[in-house]
Amino acid sequence: MAAHPTQDGPRPSKPSASPGSPVTSSTSSTVTLHVNGTAHRLTLDNRTTVLDALREHLDLTGAKKGCDHGQCGACTVLADGRRVNSCLLPAVALGGVEITTVEGLADDGTPHPLQRAFLDRDGFQCGYCTPGQLCSAVGAIAEAAEGRPSHVTPLSAPPGAPVPLSPEEIRERMSGNLCRCGAYMNIVAAIEDVTR
Amino acid sequence: MKEFAYTRPADVDAAIAALSARPDGAFLGGGTNLVDLMKLGVTAPALLVDISRLPLTEVEERPGGGLTIGANVRNSDLAAHPAVRSRYPALSQALLAGASGQIRNAATTGGNLLQRTRCLYFQDVGKPCNKRLPGSGCPARDGVHRDLAVLGHSPHCVATHPSDMAVALAALDAVVHLRGPDGERTVPLTAFHRLPGEEPHRDTVIGPAELVTAVGLPPPPAGPSAYRKARDRASYAFALASVAAALEVREGVVREARLAFGGLAHKPWRARAAEDALRGAPVGEESFARAVDAELAAAEPLRDNAFKVPLARALAVRVLAGLAGLPGHDPTTERTAR
Repeated sequence: MAAHPTQDGPRPSKPSASPGSPVTSSTSSTVTLHVNGTAHRLTLDNRTTVLDALREHLDLTGAKKGCDHGQCGACTVLADGRRVNSCLLPAVALGGVEITTVEGLADDGTPHPLQRAFLDRDGFQCGYCTPGQLCSAVGAIAEAAEGRPSHVTPLSAPPGAPVPLSPEEIRERMSGNLCRCGAYMNIVAAIEDVTR
Repeated sequence: MKEFAYTRPADVDAAIAALSARPDGAFLGGGTNLVDLMKLGVTAPALLVDISRLPLTEVEERPGGGLTIGANVRNSDLAAHPAVRSRYPALSQALLAGASGQIRNAATTGGNLLQRTRCLYFQDVGKPCNKRLPGSGCPARDGVHRDLAVLGHSPHCVATHPSDMAVALAALDAVVHLRGPDGERTVPLTAFHRLPGEEPHRDTVIGPAELVTAVGLPPPPAGPSAYRKARDRASYAFALASVAAALEVREGVVREARLAFGGLAHKPWRARAAEDALRGAPVGEESFARAVDAELAAAEPLRDNAFKVPLARALAVRVLAGLAGLPGHDPTTERTAR
């Protein structure tokens, strides 16, 4: 895999273009990213992913670069409340979308209940996947509460009714987040704790 | 990744005009496959025309009982849609069998259809690949091809189409609505994806600057439908083989059948020979197996993927048995009752 060019490369000297402008040859754009309740106006190389914008431009290093290909889930953030892989999203396309990272989960210094549960249940070893696990679990819990089915939800479940998060449901819904330390058992237990 | 320009047109016509003016560009939907391929260097568009916010986001009832699904409906939203969940369960199951929660939240209906193969050689720019670089050869045919095609492949390409959703759509007689510089057209889903032949670089029949605007579904088939997928992991893995089926049974005889395979070919494989054999056949595992064999007789497995043929056969027979309500098969879940 080639090194990602947006981290250290020179800024393009061409003028930047805003979304909605006519077809342009500029390779950078100015975009307003809303992250954890704060708006940031940034001029970015169009190649910059949301993950790189967070880590390299906004000093929010919670979201991690694991595979950088949408396979590991370490970069998971919430975009308008829905969990997504930030490594696969061009930042220029996310203007105006409310992004929540792991840094935005705590409430004024009080850990999010899920963060507390991960501590109580020892839901990690090295911790590298944990920010992604937390954001993904917040999204997964909300999806189940909204009645969104998973692959293991029976078709007989009433459409739209909250889906109870059994361990089987949690494992299926969290399959986009890998943990190479193998803390899965305790991650499932932590998520179960906050949904009981 | 190569540098690229970016534009977000206000409507479909402006998007088509933008890409018509820059044939070296690409439409950007959810980005889950395209951005990955750009990182890998497999594709290097000079311009991304961002269509992800165009208002192609509705699932609408069609007169007569079908659905029109906007190209920007996210995979997770489509899977959860009450009309899909209740009337097209195979489609909901197929969507939920694909990718991860994060990816389904970003991936779009149109983009799912247009995703590229996950053949390892296609994704590795250090290797020859006729799909990526026409004329460079196909190392997969004699190389690592365990996951690749057993049906409809050519000497030039043995790739499989990776979509689960498209397999269900193939069984459901879906159509693809397209709009391009020359206007609108509608293509049956089974004619949208191509077999590789001598032009494996063309996955579909889509033309330059043509945009998938919607997928149309006719009224659901009579009888129950289901999707099942065999894969190396319990979740978040591409299909080794998958089956979408619908079955209408009257007095122990198959009246109508739909069957499509995923993971076996360069396109979702509608099993017309099996359907013909099923129509009028008595309900039973032996009769279902004979019908499926009529389809899989055309299989030409490669050195390391011959297992896919009996796997697909067993999967199809189980799905059909479940839909027919045969004892020991639960038609409502992914799993077979034991």
